[in-house]
Amino acid sequence: MDFSLLMNAVIAGLLIGAFYAAVTCGISISFGMLDVVNIAHPAFIILGSYIAYIVNTHYGLDPILVSIIALPAFYALGAAVYQIFYVSFEKRGQDSLRGLAFFFGLLFVTEVFLVLVFGVDYRSVDAVYIGSSLHLGPVELPLRLLVPCTVSLVMFAGLQVFLGRTFVGRAVMAVSQDPLALRLMAVDPTRIKRIAFALSIATASLAGACLIIIQPVIPSVGRDYIGRIFAICVLGGLGSLPGTLIAALLLGVIESITATFYGPSWAPAVSFGLLLLTLAVRPSGLLGR
Amino acid sequence: MRTPVFVLIEIVIAVALYLAFHFFGNDYLFFAGYTVLQFIVLATAWNILGGYCGYVNFGSAGFFAIGAYTSVCLFTIGQAPEDVFPAAILPAMQAIFPLPVPVIIVIAGIMAGLVGLGTGYLTLRLRGVFFAIATLALAVVLQTLIVNWSFVGGSRGAYVIPANTVPVFGPYIQYLFALMLLLVIVALTSARLIERSSLGVGFATIRDDELAAEACGVPTLKLKLIATVLSGALMGMAGAPFPFYIGYTEPGSVFDLGYAINSIAMPMIGGTTSWAGPLIGAILLGTMQQVATVTISSAVNLLIVGLLLIGFVIVAPSGIVGLWQSWFGKRSKP
Repeated sequence: MDFSLLMNAVIAGLLIGAFYAAVTCGISISFGMLDVVNIAHPAFIILGSYIAYIVNTHYGLDPILVSIIALPAFYALGAAVYQIFYVSFEKRGQDSLRGLAFFFGLLFVTEVFLVLVFGVDYRSVDAVYIGSSLHLGPVELPLRLLVPCTVSLVMFAGLQVFLGRTFVGRAVMAVSQDPLALRLMAVDPTRIKRIAFALSIATASLAGACLIIIQPVIPSVGRDYIGRIFAICVLGGLGSLPGTLIAALLLGVIESITATFYGPSWAPAVSFGLLLLTLAVRPSGLLGR
Repeated sequence: MRTPVFVLIEIVIAVALYLAFHFFGNDYLFFAGYTVLQFIVLATAWNILGGYCGYVNFGSAGFFAIGAYTSVCLFTIGQAPEDVFPAAILPAMQAIFPLPVPVIIVIAGIMAGLVGLGTGYLTLRLRGVFFAIATLALAVVLQTLIVNWSFVGGSRGAYVIPANTVPVFGPYIQYLFALMLLLVIVALTSARLIERSSLGVGFATIRDDELAAEACGVPTLKLKLIATVLSGALMGMAGAPFPFYIGYTEPGSVFDLGYAINSIAMPMIGGTTSWAGPLIGAILLGTMQQVATVTISSAVNLLIVGLLLIGFVIVAPSGIVGLWQSWFGKRSKP
């Protein structure tokens, strides 16, 4: 086994892993903390990618900048989706079956809509840093991976501070543990959940921009990420942001090594194997409560 | 209505349908009809786990593909048994292969059932949502395996060209259509039997309150595994004739997300609590899609299916059967 090849694979895995963390943190909030199984999350990420793509090709704006501008729109979208979900399913006390079907339908409709509008061609963005890399001795750091990695880590730190230090953030953590107790403290759990869910969708905007910087995007690429993000979310321990980061880095490295030494066509199987292994051995995840 | 009478009625309808297509239609009707029948089997199979137990399976395409690729594999072996088997058992194998399609369907059902058992055993002990997520990922992984498995064509795909005609039935598509009719009868009859047996009652307790059921001594894990195996096996059986139908099988068409969305949307729109729901949903949606694919486009019809699914789960959670019952005040027997 070639050492520098291995080292580059590990470094690339860590960079990709940080990006996976950005993709997953939305799910960690919605699924892990709010118990809303939003399997449509990858669709919102792809939507973010396409918005970055449109603005980038027409006005030449940086994809990351576009996604930051789009944050309020995604926040509003998330709030609207949660409102529909709440009124139609949570409030009625409907079984989770229909809620799941709702999100699955949403995932599907978004994908088909994107196919109808943009076709099934690969789309990519232009930015000055795409294509160049930093060379540190034998290690190569492509900026194409380094920029999304940095953005992801900044976003992650921001979320962690928000959830741990602010009142609303702590209320989000509380609603995941005991909504009734929250109500007794005169806080409306629905409002808190709406804010948290909207926030989780807002992260999809940034994650989407990162995705299209890393790789060209087609509407169906979201499906590849479903297995990945749920594997990370479960492995990290539901609702634990530090756990999510560790699990994402782990999966990134394992996938990268698999792709380097066994061929990229095997990489999608890694996440599923990891998911099944976690469910069988330690369902509460690495840092689960 | 007693079961033998029900089966008799099914057979009469099936034979009448076949004869009507045979004498008044053309082969295109058989091609289109086959797809609708395939969806009836898939929807009914999904409903055994999803509707009766309340466990969502997003991996219908995966189970369907297991069936289809079992077929491809057995067919490829049948083309040249001498390449596969050692000389010692070759004469015996040459006597067995090529296998007739009904045998392949049964083997495909067993394979898909086993995969269902494995996935179910690992994930069904936990919260229901883990099973749903695992099935979602299952399809992706099976696709990875198939893409990397060159014996069944890998990502290139494989040709399965059957004989042009079959004795008694004439054109091959009519033979496949008749097989699919048989599968529909099997699926509907087993769904109805389950509904009315103690098994169905057990399933319903899991759907309504699993914790309470467990506390009352209902063997929930065992029942869930039975449902998963039955449902997976039927999906595999629905997929087995597909390579013979389509002629050229490649991973993209077999793992199409369309199967997953349709097999969820059809029972949800028809109604999940009785065998009639998936049947109604599959006939309506299946026929609509056949018409829309020809007249508009296949992407648009999938969009319609997705929107209908979202609309129905929000507005009419009990589906068409539920709407019917609330409008006409009739309650079907449980």
